[in-house]
Amino acid sequence: MLRTISMIGSASGAITRRVALGLMVTASVLAMGQSRAEAAKDNVTIGMAIEPAGLDPTVAAPVAIGQVTWQNVFEGLTTIDRQGKVVPLLAESWTISPDGLTYTFKLRDGVTFHDGEAFSSATAKFTLDRARGDQSVNPQKRYFSTIDTIETPDATTLVLKLKQPTGSLLYWLGWPSAVMVAPKTAENNKVTPVGTGPFKFVSWAKGSQVQLEKNAGYWNSQVSVKLEKASFRFIGDAQAQAAALKAGDVDAFPEFGAPELMESFKGDAKLVTVIGNTELKVVAGMNNATKPFNDKRVRQALMMAVDRATVIEGAWSGLGTAIGSHYTPNDPGYIDLTGTYAYDVEKAKALLAEAGYPNGLTFTIKAPQMAYAQRTSQVLQALFSEIGVTMNIETTEFPAKWVADVLKAANYEMTIVAHAEPMDLDIYARDPYYFNYKNPAYNAVLQKVQETSDPAEQAKLYGEAQKILADDVPSLFLFVMPKLGVWDGKLKGLWENEPIPSNVLTDVHWVE
Amino acid sequence: MMARFLYRPVLVTGLVITLALVAVALLSLVWTPAVPSKMQILLKLKPPLSAGLFGTDQFGRDLTSMLMVGAWNSLSTALVAVALGASIGTAVGVFLAARRGWAEVIGMRICDIIFALPPILSAMMLGAFLGAGRFTAILAIATFMVPVFARLTFGAALQIWTRDYVSAAIGMGRSGLAITFTHILPNISNQIIVQVTIQLGLAILTEAGLSFLGLGMPPPAPTWGRMLADAQTYLGQAPWLALLPGLAIALAVLGFNMLGDGLRDLFDPREQN
Repeated sequence: MLRTISMIGSASGAITRRVALGLMVTASVLAMGQSRAEAAKDNVTIGMAIEPAGLDPTVAAPVAIGQVTWQNVFEGLTTIDRQGKVVPLLAESWTISPDGLTYTFKLRDGVTFHDGEAFSSATAKFTLDRARGDQSVNPQKRYFSTIDTIETPDATTLVLKLKQPTGSLLYWLGWPSAVMVAPKTAENNKVTPVGTGPFKFVSWAKGSQVQLEKNAGYWNSQVSVKLEKASFRFIGDAQAQAAALKAGDVDAFPEFGAPELMESFKGDAKLVTVIGNTELKVVAGMNNATKPFNDKRVRQALMMAVDRATVIEGAWSGLGTAIGSHYTPNDPGYIDLTGTYAYDVEKAKALLAEAGYPNGLTFTIKAPQMAYAQRTSQVLQALFSEIGVTMNIETTEFPAKWVADVLKAANYEMTIVAHAEPMDLDIYARDPYYFNYKNPAYNAVLQKVQETSDPAEQAKLYGEAQKILADDVPSLFLFVMPKLGVWDGKLKGLWENEPIPSNVLTDVHWVE
Repeated sequence: MMARFLYRPVLVTGLVITLALVAVALLSLVWTPAVPSKMQILLKLKPPLSAGLFGTDQFGRDLTSMLMVGAWNSLSTALVAVALGASIGTAVGVFLAARRGWAEVIGMRICDIIFALPPILSAMMLGAFLGAGRFTAILAIATFMVPVFARLTFGAALQIWTRDYVSAAIGMGRSGLAITFTHILPNISNQIIVQVTIQLGLAILTEAGLSFLGLGMPPPAPTWGRMLADAQTYLGQAPWLALLPGLAIALAVLGFNMLGDGLRDLFDPREQN
């Protein structure tokens, strides 16, 4: 290259020298850039579609909060691992009394918060009291209501006495909403989170990114955290997400927003696409208390009018798993119930006629603006028209308007949303909840789940609960969204599946 | 007359484009190659000519049929909105020109206020109150047509009011209303017709913008604007999904603008000879 230029340059020496100088400068800048890039392999930029409104997972529900902080900044007594299993974290071990009412946790010694404050049973008591107290705004407050008293015999022992046996307690304690917080810093965790995790909070540029750095004093010496710095960048638009990935502005988008753009990464040698599973159940909830959805046959007929394969293909480019109840294949005791009211137009028409609607019916779906919800609604609209049902689509804004209109006021006929919380069968037993579904037999089964701590027994009961839902069709069970991961091929250690919404960075590292 | 007409390429091109669009829109009422809302997932994202003339979208719907019905939806919304805006605006304009005084000051300032508001933003507010839909779109577009026509007709009418024959009519004791109908309106009709044509193009563009933002007709009714919005993330895979409705919008706006320009030249007395 250089030689070619000097050959041309023999006609004009000055230009040659200048070009050569320019090239040298360019080359050295490139070399510098390269060495910097090599040295920079201890930081990572993770892309996320939604920016959280605060950074304290114990005071607000949005999953984006946990996706930044859970297991990175904050840690709980227990945690949930890649496989979705409950494992010890700040509690080293525990024993459960035979009647299932007393949980005795042995806490880890030598754990400190990022500000140097020591973690002890008193901190744990403070956290749990804060989560279950009258003033609590914890999004999962109901889960802590089972705790009757909290005792702290010594600094590393925590005893929870329960009001009734709660088989899911250890699992719930692993959630983002149950992470340990210190009395001094709890109030400010929303803006400057202080936890016990492997990463410390550095800064939050609102509208752009959150930066974390390695916690040098991390208590767990068995874990070697490779990253020095990590940042979460928030990019809402799917096209911009793709552009940022291709340009290397972000190293990973663990939850990429547009399945139809996944194909476009295939030709990129630098990026890998990883399709994993999630707990995001896309269901079209119906107001079970109002006509015509108070008639089970109508709901069943609509379920039979739905060809889930068509829905998944049309709404999410064929990436997704059909479900027959509010439960995913990751969950313990999952049974495939997609055949309970399988796609059958003729049967659907007949059942609708039997329910008193031989000429079909008309209703409105309140569909949030997200692409999956809009597209699924349009596919459902087309499918329902085959059995003479007219569904109008009304777009609503998520989260604010949807939460106010649908979730809180239940002012709707049908809606559609992806439920992100794992193992949330209990939402159908809540009263009030937006489905307005009331079935004492179902509630009894869920009650029994909590009364046992035997996983096999629980799995069996979860099976029963799924069957009841599949038969009652309180909402149209459609599909589980895939986790569309796109990241740099040299980046390792990110979770491929998502048993709980998260971006755990502990094991993330670069390889050559 | 005919010869004078044919020597105007802008006018003729504009007329051909708009007539073709109107023909396609009217045809869609009685015939489309396929049912535009019919989804055939197996045939999704087929490029033009491989399935139907213009291919299919992400749900396997026939794009040709969607564009045809979209033409009707766009044109009819724009027509109704402009008709509404033009009638109210003209009524206001000629009334204020006949009345003058305080009415003029207040009326014209209200027009200024409406002018100052960005149409899309106000349409979004209207949508929040009334709910998105065709009615909202028509109302929003018509609202912003009113001051355009009010100003135009007010100015034009004022000129006519100073003419001698109007003074003569006033002298004969004819009422303002009678003069407006017999002298003012017939003399400013050419200007109104030209403005209507140009505003039609603008109305189609606004309607597409509103549909793009989800404030137009709700699905399954196909609109050019929503087709364009839906096509965004498919741009790499299926560029025709964005190109075709985009072209349709551009063509429609171009057609009406050329027609309007051509008509203005045709009516211009300075070019009569």
